[in-house]
Amino acid sequence: MARAMVTPALLPVGTFVAIIAVWEISCHLFAIPSFVLPAPSRILGGFGSIDILRWFEHVWGTLRVAMIGYFVSIAVAIPIAIALARSQVLSRAFYPILVIVQSTPVVAIAPIIIVALGSGDLPRVVITCLITFFPLVVSTTTGLMATPPELIELSRSLRAPVFREISQIRLPYAIPYIFSALKISVTLAVIGAVVAEFVAAEKGLGYFIQFSTSMFKVQQAWAGLVILVLMSLVLFQAVIAVQRIWFPWSLPKDK
Amino acid sequence: MTATPAAIRFAGVGQVFQTQSGALEALRGVDMTIDRHEFVAVLGPSGCGKSTLLRLTSGLLMPTRGTIEVFGKKVTEPRDDIGIVFQRPTLLPWATIEDNVLFPVRHKTGSVSPDDRKTAQALIEKVGLKDFEKRLPDELSGGMQQRVGIARALFMNPDILLMDEPFSALDALTREEMGFELLRIWEDQPKTVMFITHSISEAVLLADRILVMGERPGSIVENLKTDIPRPRDMETSNNQLMHDYVGHLRSLLLKRAA
Repeated sequence: MARAMVTPALLPVGTFVAIIAVWEISCHLFAIPSFVLPAPSRILGGFGSIDILRWFEHVWGTLRVAMIGYFVSIAVAIPIAIALARSQVLSRAFYPILVIVQSTPVVAIAPIIIVALGSGDLPRVVITCLITFFPLVVSTTTGLMATPPELIELSRSLRAPVFREISQIRLPYAIPYIFSALKISVTLAVIGAVVAEFVAAEKGLGYFIQFSTSMFKVQQAWAGLVILVLMSLVLFQAVIAVQRIWFPWSLPKDK
Repeated sequence: MTATPAAIRFAGVGQVFQTQSGALEALRGVDMTIDRHEFVAVLGPSGCGKSTLLRLTSGLLMPTRGTIEVFGKKVTEPRDDIGIVFQRPTLLPWATIEDNVLFPVRHKTGSVSPDDRKTAQALIEKVGLKDFEKRLPDELSGGMQQRVGIARALFMNPDILLMDEPFSALDALTREEMGFELLRIWEDQPKTVMFITHSISEAVLLADRILVMGERPGSIVENLKTDIPRPRDMETSNNQLMHDYVGHLRSLLLKRAA
């Protein structure tokens, strides 16, 4: 039992360590120039190239925009999903528009949004919303429609108000769908924030990476990238933790 | 006539559904009455409109033709004195057994009183699930889940209980056990029961009267009053009378299917 538990957990760790080792050795063995691919040890050095407080500033810049955009997106997407799920007319009218919005490459529209909305937090939050919004709406709508028809009949047979049909039946039933979208969207939110910083920013990890590469400080850029990846991973795990703690029944049954 | 009106009365009821492939006539010329506290089984092959009959009675569906009366009053919307048990238990997976039983009142009024909790507790005991109040549905077997479904349907203390093949998803043994359980509850607290089933033996074992439905468009082709003595138990299954009824109904259904 104990062995069966340890082995699967150690497997990815071992793979990861092996990749890092091969990477490190290859860089020295083949004398790969550091602007092509810096060795892990040099990337580690990149962390020390700026003050820890400056790191916090950059992390906070990206995190703040990503989180504001994420929560605004959730707050907008769920009511829209409820409206789409309730009305065939609304869903026919607005679904194609949602698809068009989703089909617009965020990287391409980002500079336009920055010009239109200035260089503050607002355009960055808007860009983050644009990228996180669609999966949330689609998944939540699907979830709201996935309720067993018997429960809707039960609700109608009780002549209960519609808002309770939504709050007590449809929304809870949509929870697993909403969480799968929340997991996708939280990593998209980080991407959105970084894209916005590429276009116009004076801090944030996206800005930091772009600034570092323009100065040919490649290991420093790599260090920024590592932190960005860690940030995404932590946020992703945080969403999973929220689901585990508050909605354990919504997790898939492992049998 | 001044006698109390029938619990359920169908007069010339027809039902046509508009589907993408055209009109579908589900029911035609259905006439029937069910008396108060009578246990009536509606028996028929799948797709004969049995469930439509149930939805019409509950007021979830309005008939295309004819009228439906419940206790002498035309059905125009769902009523408070009707409880429904579905084929699948369809409990709320996030709510405890107690909360699932309390669901009707919480859903209708938005709040739950201490009296409601007492009612729920009594019902949970009645369906044999004492000590399971705080469990979640997926910790219970299929039969136990359907017991919760019955307790939920009984919560508003309805006069009429509509049951849509409630035991058809259960294994044969549990199914029989649940049938007796239902009879025990019904004898203890009489209700008008409309029990939809496609099992001949289940219909004979449980009901006072069996309405046999013919296929599309569905109509009632046989109205069979049985006089198997009550209370019924495991012994009833071996009763010669029961075998005769089952045989009669089987040949009737087979003849119609041929």
